[in-house]
Order: sequence, then structure tokens, then C-alpha cells
Amino acid sequence: MSPVYRRWKSRLFLGLMGLALLVCLVPLASLLLTLVVKGGHVISLRFLTAGWQPVGERGGGIAHAIAGSLYLLGVATLIAAPLGLAKGLFLARGDRHWLTGPVRVLLDVMSGIPAIIVGVFVYTLVVRRGGFSLGTGFSLLAGGLALAMIMLPIFARTTEEAVRAIPPSVDEAGLALGLPRRRVVLWIVLRSAVPAVLTGLFLALARVAGEAAPLLFTAFGSNAFPGSPLEPAGSLPQLLFEYARQPFEELVRQAWGAALVLVAMILAVRLLTHAYTRWRYGGHGGHA
Amino acid sequence: MRYFSWLLILGLLGLAGCGQHEEGGGNVSLTGAGATFPQPLYAKWAAHYAQMHREVGINYQGIGSGGGIKQITEKTVDFGATDGPMTDAQLQKASGELLHIPMTLGAVVPIYNLPQVTKPLVFSGPVLADLFLGKITKWNDPQLVQLNPDAGLPDQPVTVVHRSDGSGTTYIFTDYLSKVSPAWKSGPGKATTVNWPSGRGAKGNDGVAADVKQNEGSLGYVELIYAANNNIAYGDVVNAAGQPVHASIESVSAAAGTLKDIPPDLRMSITNAEGEGAYPISGMTWILLYKQQENEAKGKALVEFLWWATHDGQALAAPLHYAPLPKELLPLIEAKLKSVTAGSKPLLTQP
Amino acid sequence: MLMTTVQLDGDQTENLSCSAGASRQAFGDRVFFAVLTGASLIAPLILLLFVAVLAYGAWPSIREFGLSFLTSSVWEPNPERERYGAFPFIVGTLISATLALALAAPAGIGIATLVNEVLPSRLRGTARFLIEILATIPSVVYGLWGVFVLAPWVSGTLQPALAKPLGFIPVFGPPYEPRNMLCAVLILAIMVLPIIVSVSLDAIRSVPASYREAALGLGATRWEMVRIAVWPPARSGFIGGCILALGRALGETMAVTMVIGNGRRISASLFAASDTVASTIANQFAEAPSDLFTAALIEMALLLFVVTLSVNVIARWLIRPAARTGARP
Repeated sequence: MSPVYRRWKSRLFLGLMGLALLVCLVPLASLLLTLVVKGGHVISLRFLTAGWQPVGERGGGIAHAIAGSLYLLGVATLIAAPLGLAKGLFLARGDRHWLTGPVRVLLDVMSGIPAIIVGVFVYTLVVRRGGFSLGTGFSLLAGGLALAMIMLPIFARTTEEAVRAIPPSVDEAGLALGLPRRRVVLWIVLRSAVPAVLTGLFLALARVAGEAAPLLFTAFGSNAFPGSPLEPAGSLPQLLFEYARQPFEELVRQAWGAALVLVAMILAVRLLTHAYTRWRYGGHGGHA
Repeated sequence: MRYFSWLLILGLLGLAGCGQHEEGGGNVSLTGAGATFPQPLYAKWAAHYAQMHREVGINYQGIGSGGGIKQITEKTVDFGATDGPMTDAQLQKASGELLHIPMTLGAVVPIYNLPQVTKPLVFSGPVLADLFLGKITKWNDPQLVQLNPDAGLPDQPVTVVHRSDGSGTTYIFTDYLSKVSPAWKSGPGKATTVNWPSGRGAKGNDGVAADVKQNEGSLGYVELIYAANNNIAYGDVVNAAGQPVHASIESVSAAAGTLKDIPPDLRMSITNAEGEGAYPISGMTWILLYKQQENEAKGKALVEFLWWATHDGQALAAPLHYAPLPKELLPLIEAKLKSVTAGSKPLLTQP
Repeated sequence: MLMTTVQLDGDQTENLSCSAGASRQAFGDRVFFAVLTGASLIAPLILLLFVAVLAYGAWPSIREFGLSFLTSSVWEPNPERERYGAFPFIVGTLISATLALALAAPAGIGIATLVNEVLPSRLRGTARFLIEILATIPSVVYGLWGVFVLAPWVSGTLQPALAKPLGFIPVFGPPYEPRNMLCAVLILAIMVLPIIVSVSLDAIRSVPASYREAALGLGATRWEMVRIAVWPPARSGFIGGCILALGRALGETMAVTMVIGNGRRISASLFAASDTVASTIANQFAEAPSDLFTAALIEMALLLFVVTLSVNVIARWLIRPAARTGARP
């Protein structure tokens, strides 16, 4: 084979890869462009701060869904953060325990459960009345629980990595001072890992903030601002799903606005944590 | 660095706090779910009622009539809503006695997307059945041309859109088709969801309307308001008296006016009504609630809201293309609402 | 339970006044780690509970239909003759996920190779960032874009272009419906691409630089270097990434539900409205009219759960040696 042929073959295949990259950028560009153009028209202070209005009345906004999303994420954090923290610490500082291996594998496996099934599960176990169910009805609590189940494996893994990144010499220094092991883990190791743990928490939040599937049968959706934890709650992704199939132009417009707000919120969190990680650890940082 | 972390936490709390201020009044909050057919009206009622009674918040989610029945049965909501009455078997499964309260009347219209056809098409019952059975596949089928000689029907395939969810609109539509087409009756039959022989599914009246609107050559069926408010063309339907009737408040009222013996549980069908000028695919929509309410405050707010909606609230129906309830139903509805209790206490004190 | 603790505690006993304290500390430590262990066991317990709850909910359907549930296409909710079969949904799920993977896998591996081996490091960061954005966009937003941009393009441009010359092949033949399998395949391909790229990238990066230098030293072109020195050692990572993506595609719900058309049938045509297991659950679960209907949907959820679980286990097992961390699920 002549070198010329080989060089051209090389160029051809590298060119094909470049083409693949460009082709994949087209939908991304189209999506972002449509989002900014269609969503940008809708966004106003009123849209962001006003609640729901029935079709045909002016001045409806999505503030109730934004508030609902934040509440749901709050509840999810309250449930998932302590558990994830415990798991992360256990995995990173309990190396010799025979359970760490299985727990880690199961966490990985858990992160692959389709979100919709989490919704079915929480509905059957918590929402529905009768049988062995807790019977809360559609509620903020059930929605938060569903989101927490998706957050948990992600947050536990990032916590594990954050804690693992603290060198064992730190532990040893603490133990040498005569501190008990639990204090060393909680006060010294965890404390040094806090920024990275928080980064992980925010990444996990960004990941579940866009989920609609687990909320359909749990938080259910609401036109009102979130009230008691035992009442249904709206959320941005659920509102988006609802409005996207409406024949009313006004609601489709609002759907684009809501989509832009949702994506902007998620991207902002990701970019901030990314920038923070970079600033803190310098250089390339993790790719988060 | 630690300060940065605290800032992040405070930021999150602050954001969560923002919602708190907006929280509208609503000491009692009622959640209802079900039919999408009356959803625009219920939404309007909820908004109006909230202005008069700041202490009551009503949240209605249109998830389909099948969902309304299922969710009230499982008690995940305070009231359900449906356009197809619950079957005896479904009523038996509920853990208490459920009441059907008629709220309003509406029409189900065949909608289509054919830009070149300008005048409303005329459909007959058997032709509609054949279209949805997949037996008529082209818009210029002889049977359709016979009904619409000068419409200029195109040589284009009919793509059928039906509901993908359990739906009272489907119930009304299939109830009608079962009455006019033996093939439909022995085939898919009438129910809130059936074994569709052809076509694609869309969720909710809204989903079907949006799908038809976006796609040329489509045929679907929706509640009148979804067609009228979105400038989607809808056809006239030949009624039992043999005349093509345009769906309107008057023609729906005409169908309801022919009601003779009203069953005591108010579960009745007004499809394929006999009268002159009666629109044949007319239907009633009900709110479902337990006769024995568990929570006194909620139960009281609910019956008071229903009383208002079936009386003063009816004035809001016509602008949204719903026909008001016939006068002869009102005493029956009032008696039902007065029979609702919590413990043994009747909830409706002063109407 | 713990590594060095015991030893160090032993050293402390030099100071006698501390010895009582030390045993209390050891006890405290034990409690602390017992709590950690207990909390950690919640995940496995939840998984067990998942299987139990889903199996319990699905039982009426399993008892009624047995194995025929998997092979029957009848979906008859009429209360007098209720019967359910999930075959069309299973086929729809498999077709949409495999086709999406067939599109995304070569593209993803190609992009990962390009980013790591060819692009100047300045552009490398930008490319990663763009892929990152692609991974960040929520499923519903893809769905919204799918309904208003992708689906009209597919039925208005792509379908006529393909149907005219190739319409005689059933795959491109009628029925032509505006929301269809192809829309779902395309949107799934876009959604799983970031997973494949990021796992492949990790696999490629873990290939030692010396392999590349050796290949180039032998006079290989850049493409030959990739073929000879980079891809073979990274292969298990590629496969792992693809299987992970497959797991995601099988369970993806919202975007697919919005564009697939919800037609319960098996059609050779890519332009026919179809349905997947996940989209059917999303559409019908909250409003199933009867217990048997609900049970049938829960059985489908159980099925999807078992399948995605196995797929994930296989994927994790394959990825593990190539790259220990990284790659979001």
C-alpha cells in the first residue's frame, strides 16, 4: 500500500469523525436556538413571578412551578443528603468491611433504574390508599421521595470520591492526636471534603431537576403554589410536559418559556460548580 | 472556601424561601383530577371561585376520565371527574358510595386537518365508525364524497388520531358509535378506553387537538371547545332525525331537552338523541365525590363549590362553548349535594 | 470493622487516665460506623423492595396471562373481555433502543476518538463542554423540541426524501404518520450520545501514551495509530458505554412518549406511530380503568426494571477495568 493511499485513508476516516461531530452539533444548535428564540420572547418579570391563570386570562406565569420545583428538590435533598453522606463515608472509609463491595455495585445498579419505574414504585408504596401503601395521596412528599431515590446513588458516589480524595495521612494525623475515629471522620475528613461533597450535591440536584417521569404519579402537578407537604405540587418539568401537548398557543408559548428557565437553571448550577471546582483545585479539575 | 459553601447553602434556602411569600391564601385546598373535556371550564370556575372565597384553593388536573375514576377510587384526590359514568363494577370497587353530580354538557366533534376544504364537512354515524375502524382510508372515499359532493375532498390518506389515555370523550364518542354501527358495537365497543383498530394515540383532548392541528390529513375527535378555540375545522354530524347538525350550545341543549326518564343516580346518556336539531354526539360530564366525606372542612368546601358551580357558575359555561345544565336536573342535583355528610353531619347548611 | 483504629487506640493506653475513655471511644466508633453501615444498607433494601412491590402489583396479571403476556398483541380493556399482551410495546422498546444505539455508537466512538486524538487541546475543552450540555438538557425539553422541530422536519423533509426513492421497502413505506418510530429513534440517539462519548473518552484516555508513540514510531498514519494502538485496548470501555447507553435508551420515557405517536401496533415502517413499554406506562398508569389493567402496566414496569437492571450490571462490569470513575449514568 502506497503511503499516499494510507495518508488519504487516514484523512478520510478522520474526516468522517469530524462529520459525525458536526452532525451531532446540528440538533444541539437547533435545540438551543429554538429554546432561546421561542423562550426568550415569553420571559418577563411577570412570567417569572406570577402564578397560574386559566387559559384565556392574561398574565399567567410559572412562578408556582418554579416554587414547586424548588420545594421538591428541597424535600429530595432532605431525604437523600444524609443517606448519601452516610453511604459515601461508609464506602470511602470503611474499606475492610465486606459490605462495601456489594453496596457499591447496588448503588451503580440503582442509578440505572428508569425514572418512570421509580414513579410507579413510589405510587404503589406511598401514594395509593389502601393495601400496604402509606396512602399520602399525590403529594409534594411523594414527589420529593421519588426524586431522592434518583439522587441518592449519584450523590453517594460523588461523596465517596470526595472523601476518598482526602489522603489517609490526614486520618492518621488526627488519630495520632488521640481523637476517636468517628471524630476524625466527621470533623477532619468530612470537613475537608465539604466543598467537593457540596459540588456533588449540586450536580445531583441539577441532574434530577429536569426529571418529569418520576413526578407524574407522585407530585402529580398543581396550579397552586406548594402548600402542605401532603398536597400535590407542580414542577417545571411536569408543567412543560403538560403544556407541550396543549392546542392553546398561549400555553405552548409558556412551555417554551418554562423550558428556557429550566435549562438555564440547570446549566447555571452546572457551570457554577464547574467553575468552582476549577478555581479550587486549579487546572483541569474534574470534568464533573 | 467554607464561606463559599455557606453561601451556596444560603442561596438555596433563599430560593426556596422565595416561593413562600407567593403562597396564596387557601386554608382548604381541594385536589381534583379527571376528564380533560371540561378542564377549561373547571379551571375558570376554580379561578373565579378563588376570588370570591380566598380561603378555598381548588387544583384541577386534566388526566383523563379513566384517571378521574381510578384516582377517586384510590382516594388520592378529593374529587374525580368523568364524562363517562362509572360502571356498576367500578362503583362496587370503591370503598364508599360515590355520587355523580352533572356539571355541564358538551359536544364531541370530529376534527380534521384538510387545508383545501373550506366548508365544514358532513359526517354520518356509520361513516365515522368506518373511518375509525380503518375501513375508510382515503378522504375521497365514495361514502364521504356522497355526503360532501362539493367539498373537493383530496385523494389523501386519512390518519386517525385517538386518545391514548382513558377518556370520557372516548366514552361519549364510542357510546355514539356503538349506537349507530353494529360493527363498532361488536368490535371495540363503548368504554373510556377501547382496543383501537387503527391510528395513533395522543394524550388528552388537548393532545388530540394539537396533533390534528399540526398534521395534515388527520382525523380526530375532541370536545367542542378544543376545536372552536383553536380554529380547528370540525364536521357536522347527521343525527337520528336524518339532518346534518352543527355542534353548538343550542344543538347540545336540544339533545339534553329530549331526556325523558332521568335515572335516580344521574348516570345517563344523551348520545344519538331523537329530537329535531339535536346534536348526536352530545355528552354530560360529572364530578365524582364520596357521599361520606372523611374531612369535614374539605367536604364542606367541596359541596359549597359544587353548589355554586351548578347554580351561579353555569353562567360561565356558554362563553366556553359548554351548554348549561337543563333546569329539570337542578332539583335532583340539589338533593344529591344535600345528602353529602361527614360523620353523620350534613355538610350543606345554607345554600 | 476498621483498619488502623485498634492499633492506635492501643497506643493511647500508655496514659492510664485515658483508658476508660478509650474504651468508650471504641464503643462510640462502633456505634458511629454501625449507623453508617445501616444507612448504607438502605439502597440494597430499596432494590429488594422494588422487586417485591412490583411483583406484588403485577401478580394478578402474571397469574392471569402467564407467559402469553410477553407474546400476545391483544390489548383489550373492555371489561367484559379484558386481555392484555405487551408484545407490541416490547418490540417497540427493543427497536427504538437498538436503532438509536446503531446510530449513536459509531458517532459517539468517532467523536470521542476525534476529541482525544485529533483535536488540538484548545478545542478539546470546548467539545467536552458541548457534549456536557447535551447531557444536561432534560428529557422533557428534548421532547418539546422533538414535537415542534424534529417531528415536523421528519414528516415534512426526511420522510418524502426517503419515501420517494425507497418507499417500496417496507421500512420506508406507509403508513406515514407525523409522530413516529423514526422521531423516537433520532431523539434517543441524540440523548444517549453523551453517555457513549464520555465513557469512550475515559476508555481512550486510559490507553497509555507509549502505545501511541510506538505506533507512530513504526510509521503509522494517525488513523492507523487509532486502529492499531488506541481502539483495541479501549474496546471493553466502548462496549460498556454502549450497553450503558442501551440501558438508558430502553428506559427513557418523556421525550419518547412525546414524539413516538402512541400507536399500539407492530409495523415494519419507521414512519408508523409506535409505543414503548416506558411510554405506555407514562401515558396510562395514572388512569388505568381496572385492577387488571394496572397489574398489566406494573408487570411491564417489572419487566423493564429487570431488563435495565441486567443491562446495567453487564455495562458496569465491562467498564470497571477501563475506567473506574467518570461517566454519569
